Amino acid sequence: MFTSNTAENEKEMLEKIGVSSVKELFKSIPENLLYPSFNLPSALTEEALHKHLRELAGKNKSYLNFVGAGWEEHFIPSAVNALSSRGEFLTAYTPYQAEASQGTLQTIYEFQSSICALFDMDVCSASHYDGATALAEACLASCRVKNRKKIIYSAGLHPHYKEVLHTYLKNVPEIILQEVPLKEGLTDQQALQAVLAEDTACVAIAGPNFLGQLEPMQALSHVVHQAGALFVAVVNPLSLGVLQTPGEYDADFAVAEGQCLGNAMHFGGPGLGIFTCKQAYVRQVPGRIVGIAKDKDGKRSFVLTLQAREQHIRRERAASNICSNEALCALNAVIYLTLIGPEGLREVASLNLSRAHALKELLEETGHKIKFTGPFYNEFVIECKVPASEVIEKLQAQGIAAGYDLGQVCDCLKNCLLVCVTETKTTEDLQKYARALGGI
Amino acid sequence: MQEIIKKNMLSIEKSVTGRRGVRFEKALSKAEDLLPADCLRKSRPHLPEMSELDTVRHFTNLSRQNYCLDSHFYPLGSCTMKYNPKAYDVLSNLEGFSLAHPFAPLAGVQGTLELLYNLQELLKEITGLSAFTLQPAAGAHGELTGILTAKSYFKSRGEHQRTEVIVPDTAHGTNPATSNMAGYTVINIKSGPDGCVDKEALQKVLSDKTAVVMLTVPNTVGLFEKDICQIAEMVHAAGALLYMDGANFNALMGVAKPASFGVDMMHLNLHKSFAAPHGGGGPGSGPVGVVAHLAQFLPKPMVEKQGERFVLNTQMPDSLGKMKAFYGNISVCIRAYCFLRQYDGKTLHQVAEQAVLNANYVRVLLKDYFPAFFDAPCMHECVLTLQKEKMNGIRTADIAKRLLDYGFYAPTIYFPLIVPEAMMIEPTETENKEMLDLFVEAMKTIFQEIVSNPQVVHEAPLLQPVKRIDEVSAAREPNLRW
Repeated sequence: MFTSNTAENEKEMLEKIGVSSVKELFKSIPENLLYPSFNLPSALTEEALHKHLRELAGKNKSYLNFVGAGWEEHFIPSAVNALSSRGEFLTAYTPYQAEASQGTLQTIYEFQSSICALFDMDVCSASHYDGATALAEACLASCRVKNRKKIIYSAGLHPHYKEVLHTYLKNVPEIILQEVPLKEGLTDQQALQAVLAEDTACVAIAGPNFLGQLEPMQALSHVVHQAGALFVAVVNPLSLGVLQTPGEYDADFAVAEGQCLGNAMHFGGPGLGIFTCKQAYVRQVPGRIVGIAKDKDGKRSFVLTLQAREQHIRRERAASNICSNEALCALNAVIYLTLIGPEGLREVASLNLSRAHALKELLEETGHKIKFTGPFYNEFVIECKVPASEVIEKLQAQGIAAGYDLGQVCDCLKNCLLVCVTETKTTEDLQKYARALGGI
Repeated sequence: MQEIIKKNMLSIEKSVTGRRGVRFEKALSKAEDLLPADCLRKSRPHLPEMSELDTVRHFTNLSRQNYCLDSHFYPLGSCTMKYNPKAYDVLSNLEGFSLAHPFAPLAGVQGTLELLYNLQELLKEITGLSAFTLQPAAGAHGELTGILTAKSYFKSRGEHQRTEVIVPDTAHGTNPATSNMAGYTVINIKSGPDGCVDKEALQKVLSDKTAVVMLTVPNTVGLFEKDICQIAEMVHAAGALLYMDGANFNALMGVAKPASFGVDMMHLNLHKSFAAPHGGGGPGSGPVGVVAHLAQFLPKPMVEKQGERFVLNTQMPDSLGKMKAFYGNISVCIRAYCFLRQYDGKTLHQVAEQAVLNANYVRVLLKDYFPAFFDAPCMHECVLTLQKEKMNGIRTADIAKRLLDYGFYAPTIYFPLIVPEAMMIEPTETENKEMLDLFVEAMKTIFQEIVSNPQVVHEAPLLQPVKRIDEVSAAREPNLRW
């Protein structure tokens, strides 16, 4: 498929090369290892492939979705994919030859700028793999900045982020990871105070946290800075349409999963790791960054810059091994933000907030218990009378994905259901959910 | 419009206060009524205010300032810029796939899981390895996954003294950077005069401290490591593991299985060898395959088949842990699956064969102008250098820029580091003789220009949206945002 030399082409080319067969070009491979048999299914034409893939896609089911937990269903305006799927963006490589890649480079610069504006942070990288790996890199960067080895994180981080953090950091010599527990759904500040010490490089806290609760980020940031450590915030980018920003509470690093900005869910990938920091730490940023340069005529242009941090120059002393990132997802995000603008951003964040609160009220009216009472954005916890897993199973039969079973995180929360309401849920959807939940 | 394009205006410079694009419904309540004041954002973000049409024009016009595979020959070495079939764009975005939440009930994602499982099976078959994880998000992420798999393996055996990873000087920069991230000490070894691993140099540094030897096969000078089987024996005799960087797998696809060389683990780049697009830098996907006795250490969860049901198995006590929050870059995996389903056991060899044929054709035709650094048949890419005495002060970077003016993207340049003034050209199997002839003609024309009018090459590019960019100026006082 997709090869296009004809037999005649091949003959002429072999003649020029001076060999009699293509096989001769593979002489350096031991002959006994060449041309093994491949047991593969029969090849499909494009038409047959369409049929096959549609069959597979048809085996997935669609639900009225109330699951969030770090990955959210949002409306994606049509212009987002229409623009990002243009071959000029889709089939270009990392913009090494800047003069022939100004389109990609400028979109990355605009992405960095838009995210900095949204987060109120100084610097944003071109993207990372996902929110979890961006968090791990921010913690590593903190250790380099402070030349300290202890990383403290709140138990309120996404459980998968904690796992990735451990994967990335447990192999780095001398690093110590310490978890601070929650109290009433929020990071226990007394416990945090108790473990903060001179060897602490950073403290990582999610706001909203995994239980949907808004942590007092300002106060936490203050406590952390008092102890001489760096504050690493994990945020929900779309929530920043209404919520206090990492810049406002003086975060040193702020990372996020940017899937919610114009990227489809796709069973969890690709996502968009957002990595931001204060200006002082720009040389510790992992991966690509685009900056403004001048061409020979003095005209404004865009290039990959500060490359001395990167693996292809610095090899084993690089800030990170990252090479490919999630450029196309970052493109979706910047198109999305440009389309909706500051006012649309406020609208969509307000919708998430108000619809989630509307569902909460509806459920309270029908006698359901809401586990935590603090402020929240678009996610909250319902304490059911039976295990959450049973509730999920029951609602699944009615075509509703009821939420995330918190029993997976802690046995103490086994009756607790984490429910997420985005702008995609209408008042009717909320009523349907409340009815389906019934007396559980 | 032309004037605006020329000015390269930023979206924020086109912004007009009060102009609206996409609107949403009005919220039932105001944020101020639902949350305490100290939870709320204080100032409006400085984002562009544009109409939908303005936005569409802005990004459409930006896209036109890009060279891309759909419009240009893109011989970027080690990047495998092969055709990205349009069908896969459509199929990877079918709603059944794209609307699936990662925490959806398993019964609701059987289609996705079946596809992922079958992709693993296909990758096992074409590499000869025993188990694959599709979790890593990119090639370098796959490398880290592989090295951490090795680390977990040695830990389980109590071999804590293995603290070193050996990397040849031709390796991709990601190899040493990865080893460092995994907490290993990097031992660099020099290549031999033939561009391949110097076995004596390798033997000298192999010891019971060696955890892994990382090799790129074919290596970055475009040559197959001819002694790979003996190297594998040496590595295994030292009790270490052999890791293959599979970024260049296109040279082998359908003609050889890496497991048969003695490779213990490797990653593949689905966004290179398997026809998924690069998207201007990602997303990629870097599946890792291993031999049977390493499978239990791969990241969790694993996609498995239990009876007729597909599941995500999280019960993996020896696993290295999670590499990313959710399982893999699924839409990239779907494209790779599509690619492999369009070949069968009798046709897959066309991939490597045509890729190698095309690279050698370019190498031979340019021999008298820009000779190959190692004068031997190459694999999927040829690494050329300059005949310094004929170059009139022109350097590889100048040639790269001049190629842009002739309507070709540039090769990878100044890599590998051991080749002076390197130009790494990888045509891939989807180009044909006519395109390669045009490229060769452009290269020969540039050679003539270097001889007769070097200034024009030195000043290139002349026909791009911007002239030669002073990259140093960007790093001096970084401007990274509006």
